[in-house]
Amino acid sequence: MQYEQKRETAIPFWRDERILRVLGQVVFVALVVFVATLIYQNMKAGLARQGISLSYAFLKNLSGFDIAETAFPYSRNSAYWQAFLIGLLNTLLVSVVGIIFSTILGVILGVARLSTNFIINRLASFYLEIIRNLSLLVFLIFWYLGVFLKLPRVKEATPWLGDIILTNRGVGIPWGIPTASFPTFRLILFLGLLFALVVFFVLREYGKRTGRAPLTLVWSFLAFLLVALIGWFVLPERPIVADLAFVKGLNLSGGKILSPEFMALTSGLVLYTAAFIGEVVRAGIQSVSKGQIEASRALGLNSFQTLRLVVFPQALRVIIPPLTSQYLNLVKNSSLAIAVGYPDVFYVSNTIQNQTGRAVEMISLVMFTYLVLSLATSALMNWYNQRIKLAER
Amino acid sequence: MRKLYMSLSVFVLLALALAACGGAAPAGGNTVTVKETVVVTVEVPAAPAVVAPSGYGETLKAVQARGHLVCGANAQVPGFGYVDSNGNYAGIDVDYCRALAAAVFGDATKVEFRPVTAAERFTALQSGEIDVLSRNTTWSLVRDTELGGNFTATTFYDGQGMMVPVASGMTTLKDLEGGTVCVQTGTTTELNLADVMAAEGVSYTPAVFEDADATFAAYSEGRCDAVTTDKSGLISRRSVLADPAAHIIMDVTMSKEPLGPMVRHGDDQWFDIAQWTVFTLFAGEEFGLTSANVDSKRDSATAPEIRRMLGLEGDLGLKLGLSNDFAYNIIKQVGNYAEIYDRNLGPNTPTYIPRGFNKQYTDGGLLFAPPFR
Repeated sequence: MQYEQKRETAIPFWRDERILRVLGQVVFVALVVFVATLIYQNMKAGLARQGISLSYAFLKNLSGFDIAETAFPYSRNSAYWQAFLIGLLNTLLVSVVGIIFSTILGVILGVARLSTNFIINRLASFYLEIIRNLSLLVFLIFWYLGVFLKLPRVKEATPWLGDIILTNRGVGIPWGIPTASFPTFRLILFLGLLFALVVFFVLREYGKRTGRAPLTLVWSFLAFLLVALIGWFVLPERPIVADLAFVKGLNLSGGKILSPEFMALTSGLVLYTAAFIGEVVRAGIQSVSKGQIEASRALGLNSFQTLRLVVFPQALRVIIPPLTSQYLNLVKNSSLAIAVGYPDVFYVSNTIQNQTGRAVEMISLVMFTYLVLSLATSALMNWYNQRIKLAER
Repeated sequence: MRKLYMSLSVFVLLALALAACGGAAPAGGNTVTVKETVVVTVEVPAAPAVVAPSGYGETLKAVQARGHLVCGANAQVPGFGYVDSNGNYAGIDVDYCRALAAAVFGDATKVEFRPVTAAERFTALQSGEIDVLSRNTTWSLVRDTELGGNFTATTFYDGQGMMVPVASGMTTLKDLEGGTVCVQTGTTTELNLADVMAAEGVSYTPAVFEDADATFAAYSEGRCDAVTTDKSGLISRRSVLADPAAHIIMDVTMSKEPLGPMVRHGDDQWFDIAQWTVFTLFAGEEFGLTSANVDSKRDSATAPEIRRMLGLEGDLGLKLGLSNDFAYNIIKQVGNYAEIYDRNLGPNTPTYIPRGFNKQYTDGGLLFAPPFR
């Protein structure tokens, strides 16, 4: 009885907006699922007609091909999944190196563009306008064929600028080899890190207590450096000895050899992305209202302090979201490695796909990989964005 | 390393969590409605999807309905598949496609060439993007099975070679110890290189590129000490290097490379047509039929096999689903194997390759057409 009464007074469900809203969502999801199933079934039927079945088991098979740049020992006797992992690590390497350097260069460019020095200002604008209007693929191929492959051949190579060897087989830079005392030194470095943390917190507390703003990060870094230097000279044996690159036979040997493919890809990505980051930084700085700067000047802050304490913290809030999308672009653009022959995850997958004929499997794997990489990058950046955004009360 | 694994697993967990969220959303209170909606949508008839024509006779029907043949070709290897200075496709692989078009339509021009890279060629064939793959492709077991294709016949017997600058003074694979070798991705060449170098115990670095142009551009810039591909490919690419005389092909053969056209699994009729087009080219040379004399030979032919092949006797063409004079059309419009060879790889071309194994069995070669009967 109770139910019937209710039914008379309540709005019928087909006119209840709340129910309709949920219903709309449900219909939409059902449609999406239906279309996805349709496509999947279609693909399966098509593959079945050609006697091909979907399976990832082939990843355990022997790869049979060699890869030039490997983060861990790999040979033709390794499995396909190991080849894929090598590609993934190479992609991560390029992405991380690219993000670090393009951020540094981008900030410099952004600040330079706002400089009151006419020449610096013009140069920065010139650079930004040129680079941002280029095609990245063309740019990468320029760096590869036009720059790194035009370096001297191995036999004509001579050390340059403190033992750097530039050849078209790669750029050889000095690298360190750990000696017997390296484990002790690592311990000292760890102590240094602890010391730096202590300095960091002490200074921050001091800043909060007195209202002054000491250069917390700079002092912490100096503290770390101090401990490291003491460790370096106190130890009886140098913990790291320099290993110079040299020409041996047909190729470079010793030190660290950066291949022309890696150099072309990273320098292309860095210089290209930095131009966009420069614009993001400029926009961020310009978004801070002039009154803020005038007020800080009125309070007696010098121009460096104004930039560090007033402009930058506020600009950062505007900068981070578009910066995130530039980072994502860089990660995704790294798949252009295929144009210069750098074995990144897309390139290696392409090779695997061609040797096995597993197109659907490899493409889905690559798509999933880039999805995860992008989501991880943006999750990290969102976390940072949350931290620095205006605390609303 | 461990850090990397940890962060990787975090990423995966994150992705899974996202997926789970997506899946959980519709499970609200209104389960009944869900069911209803699904039932309604499922009743919509599924549109027949566009899939590659397969099954007996399907490909020929599709090709005839379209009005032209789509041939997966190379555009970067002079002598085999190349776009010449007039913008026309030329090469023996390209001429094979013209012969196939002549067999199907009686018109060698009814063919559209689609340039495919080494890496995308099999997918293009599987998906029905192309009707036949004629792109200096090596016959191997995996390609005959797992890659969903069938090789029809070998049109060029080749072997993998290694090219080095003359100035390097290298003559054997051992000389490449510690060196770099340029190679194209997705090829049997890439796999053979790894095999042979492992067997010889030579340590080397591969420099792998997406297409032939990039591979040879890097080689000519000195990115690598040597470049490897099929010997025919080396000869033809050497002809377009800045100074062809400065490069030498080592006297080593790293593998057997039988090259030939390939069709999709599942359509035996189309396979037969593609195969007997090759045999017609072989038999044409064997019987001395050329594009110049085939008309007069047809009028005067008395040998039963030639009469059967040219469609004067019997119904061999009809058995393939073609017109009875398909072989005549091939010879008349494209020529026999020797004509195609001489046009693209003969002594008067910049890509001259001695015929070697690619002679008729009567001359000590490996070309052998089964009987036309």
